[in-house]
Amino acid sequence: MDMLYNVLIDPFVMMGSAPDLLIQTLWEGLVAGVLYALIALGFVLIFKASGVFNFAQGIMVVFAALTLVGLHEMGVPALLALILTIGVMFILAVTVERVVLRPLVNQPDIILFMATFGLTYFLIGFGELIFGGNPKQMIAQELYLPQGSTDLDLFGGLVRFQHIDIAAAVIASLIIAVLAVFFSKTRIGRALRAVADSHKAALSVGISLGQIWVIVWFAAGIVALVAGIMWGARSDVSFALQIVALKALPVLILGGFTSIPGAIVGGLIIGVSEKLGEFYWGGLVGGGIETWLAYIIALLFLLYRPQGLFGERIIERI
Amino acid sequence: MFYREAGQFKTTYAADMAIFPLREDRIGLAVIIVCAYALVFTGNSFLLQAVMIPFLVFSLAAIGLNLLTGYTGLLSLGTGAFMGVGAYACYKLTTAFPGLNIIICILASGLFSAAIGVLFGLPSLRIKGFYLAVATLAAQFFLQWCFIRVPWLVNYNVSGAIEAPLRTLFGVPIVGATATPETRYLVVLTLVIGLTWVASNIVHGRIGRAWMAVRDMDIAAELIGIRLLRTKLLAFAVSSYYCGVAGALLVFLWYGGAEYDVFNINQSFFILFMVIIGGLGSLIGSFMGAALIFILPIILGMVMPAILSPFGIGITAATVEHLRFMIVGALIIFFLIVEPHGLARLWQIGKQKLRVWPFPY
Repeated sequence: MDMLYNVLIDPFVMMGSAPDLLIQTLWEGLVAGVLYALIALGFVLIFKASGVFNFAQGIMVVFAALTLVGLHEMGVPALLALILTIGVMFILAVTVERVVLRPLVNQPDIILFMATFGLTYFLIGFGELIFGGNPKQMIAQELYLPQGSTDLDLFGGLVRFQHIDIAAAVIASLIIAVLAVFFSKTRIGRALRAVADSHKAALSVGISLGQIWVIVWFAAGIVALVAGIMWGARSDVSFALQIVALKALPVLILGGFTSIPGAIVGGLIIGVSEKLGEFYWGGLVGGGIETWLAYIIALLFLLYRPQGLFGERIIERI
Repeated sequence: MFYREAGQFKTTYAADMAIFPLREDRIGLAVIIVCAYALVFTGNSFLLQAVMIPFLVFSLAAIGLNLLTGYTGLLSLGTGAFMGVGAYACYKLTTAFPGLNIIICILASGLFSAAIGVLFGLPSLRIKGFYLAVATLAAQFFLQWCFIRVPWLVNYNVSGAIEAPLRTLFGVPIVGATATPETRYLVVLTLVIGLTWVASNIVHGRIGRAWMAVRDMDIAAELIGIRLLRTKLLAFAVSSYYCGVAGALLVFLWYGGAEYDVFNINQSFFILFMVIIGGLGSLIGSFMGAALIFILPIILGMVMPAILSPFGIGITAATVEHLRFMIVGALIIFFLIVEPHGLARLWQIGKQKLRVWPFPY
């Protein structure tokens, strides 16, 4: 009885009695959700256009952020470093297409998936070799990202909004809007969607698969860079971010692998429920449930709807 | 030349169904097993302790994952956690019943792992592919959290680590600090050979064929009368059993003690690499993959400083570690491009070439 009370009633009583805490938790959840969504977006981009489940997206986030900070440490001005990092991500995209994707064309999905595992390991080693394995400070100030925080007086308590979080939310929304326009209005965007529908049909109307893949990986690289900057500004830039990036997977499951709005909604759901769960229910089982709650939510959700919120319905034929 | 099947006739169905139909294969296998046992007499305890024991343990785990991913087509990223369940179960068993033979404890600990595996395998009925992989990630993170947060699992000891107590077999210590690498190696080798033999019989029999039918197309398999529920859950159970035993061996006969962190997500990926590089759906591939992924970095670590130092490139341990990551990553991509079906396929091609030698085909 006591247990049931603790699980079912007490948390809600707490929420009702201290709405400021609830809002603070919700806000933190939303911000975390936006960042998960940013990482998930990179996965979706590549999955949509090439059917590759890019496991290396997490390490690309770390790698992009590391490159940016590492270049800055070598004395390159911040904005120039940003441009150079974008250049590095482009080179990475071209290399991946040449070395990994092109020879593996027409292989089963799991083989391509494994190849991105190999890419992950390579990038971990490469990144540590060049920039060292120590956590680094993100150069938030030099990139004109806002600092500090605003305290709002809500429901008899102070709720703190970090400016960097607001900036993250704004920038993420901007990127999503740009991507949406890019996908629906531009020539390349439409070519991308054609490739996603059918490789063969796209080839037959004269779309170059190689070119499309480079563009997609480049776009995913830029999204990774933004995610890396934002995440790095909140904590620091280290290889531990890679595990955080795995959180993008339950987000993808909730949203469906092929849907951009799904990635956003999924990210917000996961972010909010994770923070709420940790704050209100985590104490009952000893805390730290943040590490697995997202996966369990995704798992339960999958049992109910295997294709995700916005995913295309899976129809199987023999 | 020496690998000829001419003159070997099969007169019974049993002979036709044999796992090693060729006399040469049987002789080769016998030679390998004898050599493996003979390694004990080299007295090289570094070789046994740091190379052979882990190699065998990882091979067993790779076989476990291969049964699930390679034979049944269910991708799992929770191998590390299932190994952990085996290790913690074995610890609980052997501390709760100190009189019980440790071998029985190790073999029984796999059963707990199998039960947990079935539980987390339930979603596989509705979902597959990458979706299932993420579902198994839930197992990975949840179980690892349990290893940290449930003090009962470590008998409430303060360090939060499990440690292998002294256990003997026929009066000889095989587990614990006083056990020699030689005895440990013999125990691991015998268990791994035994379990591999069982696995090979499972996959060549009715169950194995049902698994492969499910892998190739589960709807079609259902239509020809294979019960998906049973088959998939059985695959999860057997696979987790093998992983659990491998985990128990890892802690009790190799590390001698472990914390929760041993069974982290990287361990799962590590085993998955072995399976894919070795060859999906091949037992011998599991051994080859384990050899490549585990032993290659050791060799690289030893060889690289020796190669680079004549060029005046001083190299630190950290750099070697980073280069190892890069080389392993590059090798994975390289092997996937050259032979997506893994080392096992290369092995088969080699055998075929031997058969028709000196002719090209």
